[in-house]
Amino acid sequence: MSYSEKVIDHYNNPRNVGSMDKQSSDVGTGLVGAPECGDVMKLQIKVNPETNVIEDAKFKTFGCGSAIASSSLATEWVKGKTIAEALTIKNTEIVKELALPPVKIHCSVLAEDAIRAAIGDWKKKQASAVPVAVEAK
Amino acid sequence: MSTQVTTFPPVEIGVQTDAQTKTQPTNGHAVTLPIYMDNHATTPVDPRVLEEMLPYFTNKFGNAASRNHSFGWAGEEAIETARERIAKLIGATPKEIIFTSGATESDNLAIKGVAEMYREKGNHIITAVTEHKAVLDTCKRLEKYGFRVTYLPVQKDGLVDLDDLKRAMDEKTILVTIMAANNEIGVVQPIAEIGKLCHEKGVIFHTDATQYVGKVPMDVIKQNLDLVSISGHKMYGPKGVGALYVRRKNPRVQLSPLIDGGGHERGMRSGTLNVPGIAGLGKACAICSEEMPQESCRMAGLRNRLRDKIMSSLDEVYINGSMEHRLPNNLNISFAYVEGESLLMGINDIAVSSGSACTSATLEPSYVLKALGTGDDLAHSSIRFGLGRFNTEAEVDYVAARVTETVQRLRELSPLYEMAKEGIDLKSVKWAGE
Repeated sequence: MSYSEKVIDHYNNPRNVGSMDKQSSDVGTGLVGAPECGDVMKLQIKVNPETNVIEDAKFKTFGCGSAIASSSLATEWVKGKTIAEALTIKNTEIVKELALPPVKIHCSVLAEDAIRAAIGDWKKKQASAVPVAVEAK
Repeated sequence: MSTQVTTFPPVEIGVQTDAQTKTQPTNGHAVTLPIYMDNHATTPVDPRVLEEMLPYFTNKFGNAASRNHSFGWAGEEAIETARERIAKLIGATPKEIIFTSGATESDNLAIKGVAEMYREKGNHIITAVTEHKAVLDTCKRLEKYGFRVTYLPVQKDGLVDLDDLKRAMDEKTILVTIMAANNEIGVVQPIAEIGKLCHEKGVIFHTDATQYVGKVPMDVIKQNLDLVSISGHKMYGPKGVGALYVRRKNPRVQLSPLIDGGGHERGMRSGTLNVPGIAGLGKACAICSEEMPQESCRMAGLRNRLRDKIMSSLDEVYINGSMEHRLPNNLNISFAYVEGESLLMGINDIAVSSGSACTSATLEPSYVLKALGTGDDLAHSSIRFGLGRFNTEAEVDYVAARVTETVQRLRELSPLYEMAKEGIDLKSVKWAGE
């Protein structure tokens, strides 16, 4: 199987590898896949609380070259987007960008799931956040 | 844990390289890339074997069955010489060697040939779950024809339990087929004991010895073997040719042929003989008869060197299958937290294979590793190294260094490694993908 140039590029030079503080209220963490399936992706986003713009994203992936490339690309794409915009990212776009063969389409699906899981986690945190008490003058 | 890693400049993946020579920093010897370490998949043809074959393509091209002229006699002579050489390697007589198109055909002929011939006697066949698909798929087909097949499990080390085998045998059992050595994990089965048990019970014993012959000494009498499958291209011979040993005495084994048409090979396998291929197979066996003791010793040394270098540089590395009962050239290791295909991508100047689902056409992880009880996650993280006649110590050192460096890089990318380092028990996590 030969890989597309873009997959090779992401594999050799993965973007945004790393971790953020899971506990931070600005961070959303998505962990998808399962070791038994051979694919696990962790994708984290840091969201500006005022603008709802994703300021930073990080990923770590256990999986094949296509899986690593899909999640690396996902972090590139969500950066600078609002939450709403990030939710419109489709796996088919990842397939097209990386020229993934049919047998690797599921890697792109997992990357889309990872984005949604990260956003979902961040949203949950915002919903359960205790409102800051306003100092009485 | 001290990590001594020699870092190399990253090799561009996907770029077609003609063989490049890289100087290996640790001992100054050169290695030519790409390195081939997938000798269980196939082997290069030994130059001496190629030389033996060539005349039968050019001037000695006669059909070995042409009895009336020198062209035919030359072909026949080549065939009979090859028969003797193969027989010698396994302790058989020349009359007991049948030529086929390869071990897959030999397996089909042995199993289906016995099943059909001994149908009146019984319809039960015993095999093991770790057999090659050539055996498993043949058994599955026989099940469709009304045969009953028992698939014995294997223990954690990959070995069949002789008590399980004994218990599985009944008065309808006509055949036991268990491979001498496994192509994925290199584990060697106790074939002499299995053969002994079969003979006591009057059951025919077939062994697929594709990976075994030429690496480990075989004696069909001492090891109580009735049918043995042999493959040319696993022993530095050509592809498309193999053999089947069919015992003639104590017991005399009879087979129903798969292929009709002229009655060649004592009626067991019709068809014009592949004279050049057979000459090559014969020469390959002759070389093994001569060189096997030293070669197997050297293979084991190289394999152990590779194993020790990798295991001393990395933690959480697991060998799949028994080290004690194993082919001298095989190493099958799982690298926890790193997926197999991504590892292969990182060592793209080295030819090996993986038990990962991502590398199989069906997206199923290795069934052999599964049978050992290896978790799917470690099956996905496995790499199979098959060393061979033409591998050198310098190559082993280079491979060990590249594998180590790539595993370390991929672990930095791995969420599983991160979680493990944080002390999280991965088995207790509720995964989203389950």
